[in-house]
Amino acid sequence: MVNKNRVPKLIIFTAPLLFVLVIFLSILFGAKSIEPMTIWNAIFHYHADNVDHAIIQSSRFPRALGALLVGAYLAISGALMQGMTRNYLASPSIMGVTDGSVFVITLCMVFIPSLSSYQMISASMIGSALGAIIVFGFGNLVRNGLSPIRLAIIGTVIGTFLSSLSAAIASYFQVSQNVSFWYNARLHQIDPSMLKLAIPFGVIGIILALYVSKSITILSLGEDISIALGQRTKYIKVMSMLAVIFLTGTAVALVGKIGFVGLIIPHMTRFLVGIDYKWVIPCAGIVGGLFLAVCDILSRFINYPFETPIGVLTAIIGVPFFLYLIRTKGGKNVV
Amino acid sequence: MSILRVENAEARYEGHIIFENLCLDVIKGKITTIIGPNGCGKSTLLKTMGRILKPKVGKVYLQEQDINTLPTQEIAKRLTLLPQNPVAPGELEVEELISYGRYPHRKNISKLTTEDKEKIEWALEITHILPYRNRPLGSLSGGQRQKVWLAMALAQDTTVLLLDEPTTYLDLAHQLDVLQIVENLNQHHQCTVVMVLHDINHAARFSHEIVGMRDGNIIATGSPDEMITVDILKQIFHIDARIMVDPFNGSPVCFGYESALAEEGLELLTKKENVAT
Repeated sequence: MVNKNRVPKLIIFTAPLLFVLVIFLSILFGAKSIEPMTIWNAIFHYHADNVDHAIIQSSRFPRALGALLVGAYLAISGALMQGMTRNYLASPSIMGVTDGSVFVITLCMVFIPSLSSYQMISASMIGSALGAIIVFGFGNLVRNGLSPIRLAIIGTVIGTFLSSLSAAIASYFQVSQNVSFWYNARLHQIDPSMLKLAIPFGVIGIILALYVSKSITILSLGEDISIALGQRTKYIKVMSMLAVIFLTGTAVALVGKIGFVGLIIPHMTRFLVGIDYKWVIPCAGIVGGLFLAVCDILSRFINYPFETPIGVLTAIIGVPFFLYLIRTKGGKNVV
Repeated sequence: MSILRVENAEARYEGHIIFENLCLDVIKGKITTIIGPNGCGKSTLLKTMGRILKPKVGKVYLQEQDINTLPTQEIAKRLTLLPQNPVAPGELEVEELISYGRYPHRKNISKLTTEDKEKIEWALEITHILPYRNRPLGSLSGGQRQKVWLAMALAQDTTVLLLDEPTTYLDLAHQLDVLQIVENLNQHHQCTVVMVLHDINHAARFSHEIVGMRDGNIIATGSPDEMITVDILKQIFHIDARIMVDPFNGSPVCFGYESALAEEGLELLTKKENVAT
């Protein structure tokens, strides 16, 4: 048992160092090159009239931190969803959670245009909840609806429906540009005031996620077994969904839609640390944050000096990995 | 004395009534086996007793306490249920899975107490799976895996054990192995067992009490001698069974059967043989 926990502990202990490193690299590389010393000075001897300092504080640092947070939020959401549904295809982007969020934000942009950051995050969370409720509601109604393939189909169908509806509303009220600008992954223009709010909201979600993490392991043995073991399965599911809503809602409000992180990172994490969610949840957060931050850095180099959308990066890395998963683990990761 | 009692229970599945007004008393310290054709409500009854399904009408009493008013963790200390074909991640190691059986007893979930460790050790031993305690579940055969699940249920240290088709998909030797473990638990560890079995000969050999169901009704309840008879099996399964007594242990054995819709000649033959036994 001792050497089994070595990997997750290693990940958790080196995480702060790696976070600092990617934030540093993320600030360093960009359209305008910044000297390492400048970063040091921007932190410890900040001058408001120094252009580089201003760029670092208002743009580069929020972007780096935002990528870390969003990656972590989405990966934790995905890990929670996969654990509680025992469905290895579950993730916020496949299960309608992100599309629900986009849908409600679109409605808000049309009908109540002047939303504060705080209201925006709240709306986004309501949307996440809406998407999740519709998809899981259908899943519960349909026979075997929570099985991996069916839930993925229901989620994709409802997600597509919600995002089409959003697009229709947006174009009818002629806010398409605003909306698409808003929800197409915008890591490069994170609103610092939104970022400040994303931290407390996300922390609530993470605390909830860590609180249920051990119970998720029991739940992943199956609903009947977890009831037989005396677990309050409904309570755990509600708490987990609440965590997903907080995390995904905040992530979408902050940067819009980013696919694949919530799907592939939990798999990668289980591959690294095993299947005990006590470790999977925190490690998925760390791996997800680093993954998205590194993708964000790479996105600046693929077509330098132009930036490549982050979704392209996560898909280019994510899709082959996903296919690999289906090929190798499709049928045999559960017995 | 009854340890588990179902009173006027009604269960539905997608609008269909599986059973209604169903009553059953499970006698303390005995092995009770539910038999019946597919879809007759055996598993539903077991799940209702194990509070996996809540009856729409009626009540279930565990040691004279309404199961609905007891905290689920409290129930889990006294009663457990092993579902049909449980599924777990293949990477999970045997001992790790069994340790989850201690879940209802643990206050601090991250540390196993000496008592926890003793119970896990006992469960490993009694199910004869000590040699593969460190193996991942995915590397085991179906029979070995079933014993691991049984060990997890045993680590839970309950007085009532509900088993849903514990021998399905196992070869003859493993079926016997699992049932002998169950028998041992009942005889030496005061465990009350309720299980669903398809093999009536296993039911006859290993149970004190057999419950025969058909179409959501309990047709009859009684000892194996009373239950494994031409008449009762015809009512339950619509078969004409040929029955004799196993000289090895005196339990009734069905050594052959025909559909009850078959020709009369066959039916006569069965009756003759029944007289002979």
